[in-house]
Amino acid sequence: MEGTILRTENLRVSFGATQVVKGINMEIAEKKVTAFMGPSGCGKTTILRAINRLHELTPEAKVEGNIFLHSENITEMEAMTVRRRVGMVFQRPNPFPTMSIYENVISGFTLNGIKLKTDEKNEIVEDALKKVALWEEVKDTLKRRATSLSGGQQQRLCLARAVAMKPEVILLDEPTSALDPLSTAKIEDLLYELKGNYTLVIVTHNMQQAARISDMTAFFYLGELLEYDDTKKVFTNPKNEKTQNYITGRFG
Amino acid sequence: MSPFEIRGLRGRRIRDRIFTAMVWSLTFSCLAVVFIILFYLFKMGIGSLTWALFTQGPKPVGEAGGGILNAIVGSLIVVALAAIIAIPIGISVGIYLADNRGRKLSDRVALAIDVLQGIPSIVIGIVIYIWIVKPTGKFSAYSGSIALAIMMLPPIIKNTEETLLLIPTTLKEASLALGASYFKTSMKVLLPAGIGGIFSGCIIGIARIAGEVAPLLFTAFGNPALTFNIGKPVDTIPKVIFTYASSPYDDWHRIAWGGSVILVSFIIILNTIIKIFESRWKVQF
Amino acid sequence: MKNRWRILQNKIFIKWLSISAITMMVLLLIFFITLFISSWPAIKANGIGFLWGKTWDPVSNHYGMYPFLIGTLITSFLSLLISAPFSIAAALFLGEYYPKGAIPNIFRNVIELLAAIPSVVYGFWGLYTVAPLVSKLELKMHLPAPGVGIFTASIVLSIMLIPYSVSLIRQVISMTPVSLKEAAYALGSTRAEVITRVIIPSNISGISAGFLLSLGRALGETMAVTILIGNSPEIPHNIFSPSYTMASVIANEFTEAVGDVYLSTLIEVGLLLFVVTTIINLIGRLIIKKVSFN
Repeated sequence: MEGTILRTENLRVSFGATQVVKGINMEIAEKKVTAFMGPSGCGKTTILRAINRLHELTPEAKVEGNIFLHSENITEMEAMTVRRRVGMVFQRPNPFPTMSIYENVISGFTLNGIKLKTDEKNEIVEDALKKVALWEEVKDTLKRRATSLSGGQQQRLCLARAVAMKPEVILLDEPTSALDPLSTAKIEDLLYELKGNYTLVIVTHNMQQAARISDMTAFFYLGELLEYDDTKKVFTNPKNEKTQNYITGRFG
Repeated sequence: MSPFEIRGLRGRRIRDRIFTAMVWSLTFSCLAVVFIILFYLFKMGIGSLTWALFTQGPKPVGEAGGGILNAIVGSLIVVALAAIIAIPIGISVGIYLADNRGRKLSDRVALAIDVLQGIPSIVIGIVIYIWIVKPTGKFSAYSGSIALAIMMLPPIIKNTEETLLLIPTTLKEASLALGASYFKTSMKVLLPAGIGGIFSGCIIGIARIAGEVAPLLFTAFGNPALTFNIGKPVDTIPKVIFTYASSPYDDWHRIAWGGSVILVSFIIILNTIIKIFESRWKVQF
Repeated sequence: MKNRWRILQNKIFIKWLSISAITMMVLLLIFFITLFISSWPAIKANGIGFLWGKTWDPVSNHYGMYPFLIGTLITSFLSLLISAPFSIAAALFLGEYYPKGAIPNIFRNVIELLAAIPSVVYGFWGLYTVAPLVSKLELKMHLPAPGVGIFTASIVLSIMLIPYSVSLIRQVISMTPVSLKEAAYALGSTRAEVITRVIIPSNISGISAGFLLSLGRALGETMAVTILIGNSPEIPHNIFSPSYTMASVIANEFTEAVGDVYLSTLIEVGLLLFVVTTIINLIGRLIIKKVSFN
């Protein structure tokens, strides 16, 4: 594929004796939105978390195969370095509760021990908050606790926190499933705008969401990649019967 | 007929009432005892809370007056030193236990801490005597602090572990996903989020050792003179209460009551701080 | 360069955490080994007869622990016995009769004030309030009336045990499945019947464990008991006699002990105290863990 930024090579993940992801080979396009879809337990979140090496927190998890970011093998790099280049937004908004809004946005830098001058910090914070359309709402209350924001605002804050690090890829794990429809719509608009400058990989259960904002859609089932194509093609003319069944709601 | 012979519903109701009355009266007796003891304590000791008590050292036997300044300072030194030793280690073990659940080593360490918590304090004093006092040939404040530090560890460890376990994993993941190391995540995200519970654990530890005498009997021993040297033996408030209470002198008894009031008030204040902390300082997740 | 330092810092931190954890186990192990080694001279000299030897004579280096064993056991069990009805009642009051609301909160905090009083202050208070009363009682009973003795020590010790046993028993009782209680009430039982026929029997192991743990506490109590026990190395005749406990004899004689065997014997007493309280503690906690997982 042209303009590939991420490539997996026979990616397998098992938890103890259970093989959850069975040999995935796929390429993710740069500066596009790729949606991972499939019924619960199909492995889509597992693959996502394998990219930024979060499975290392689980002792029973075993990740095999290779993942390449541009041409570098990130399965063998130092995990912390990988995670600085690949950002993540989680299902439930998780701003750091002891930090202010300002401190949350810049937390990627402070937690990594990167020292910045105050001007640089201010610029990064303002830039990131503007990118997630939060700046106008919080610019006068940057010192307030992050937990004083609403759910939708908190999730945008988490997005800002990821964006501030200028990652090469942003992974999103069902980022709107815990939010109300209005906040969901706001975030979807944001993601749509961000894709010009960032590569986004989003796991979602919401088919309309995938259809609305993604360029490519990958359909997973029981740990295998069944279909992967342009979103329009996958939704209007799926090649695989299971994809068809999932889209038409025959199973969830 | 006794209530136990009356059959039928009436008998059962009567027995129920008697039972309830017993539960009430026994419970209220407990409360009454609390008030009796505290009231007596303050009645006997409040008169001794003179300026002299706080600012003077003990007078020689036979001379009236005198205070427990040496013991107050001694208590502060011994407790502070014990806290300095126990808190970093306790928090570290707490972090370890919270992050390594299910591992064999964790289980064994948790067991060791359970056992440690149940050791009679006098036995801890014996061991520290053997380890430190005997080889160095003298009693010292720091040996007492080490004994007390061992006693402080279980509550600090337990509270740290429990507090950290309450923090949702997603917070740790958010920090790691930004590329932060486990070290930075623990120091800048997890510990700050759990600071309330961890602090409570430290205060509980301090409250626990503030009134202890047994482990100090052969470590810090006692010292009528005021000293700031941790290498020297030192008196503590509970220790002088013990010494003076066991003595036949009225004057010393008076001072012991004063010391008791100070000690009990201090511990009650600490317990109140813990309660306030636990209800106010709740970090929202 | 900076990256390498970060990685190193992280590694050091992780190592430090496991080292401090292992240190806890090592600490415990060395505790036991130290006590054992230091009491070995006494174990050799006194032999197994130490446990039932009736005389304690430092002058001739003849040691027998029997009086202290008796004193410790009687005091501990008696204090447990005295505190049991109060602890159970208070636990029921806070757990069953008034589980929610402001009243039980106040009650609980008040009872916990008992825990705020240090052992030595209890001893002091007991000396001035309980001992004279017991002395009067002894006079009435035509017994020698020193005031101090097993009975006085047990009374004060029982007060000290109350906050601990109340909280343990309350925890145990709170784990009774609601459906069990509701079934009993639905059959028309009175509250007393539900408590005595359902709640207490179904939690009997947990409650016993609570008492076991309180016993462990009582065995290790030193200061209050030392002040109130009378410090007599003779075998007590009855509960009003002055006596000695294992912890008290150590507290009183350790610093005065001259001679290796004397000191070593006291350490041997400490070793026994350590072993017994540890066993009781472990059994008690094991039972509570089992009960909690059901």
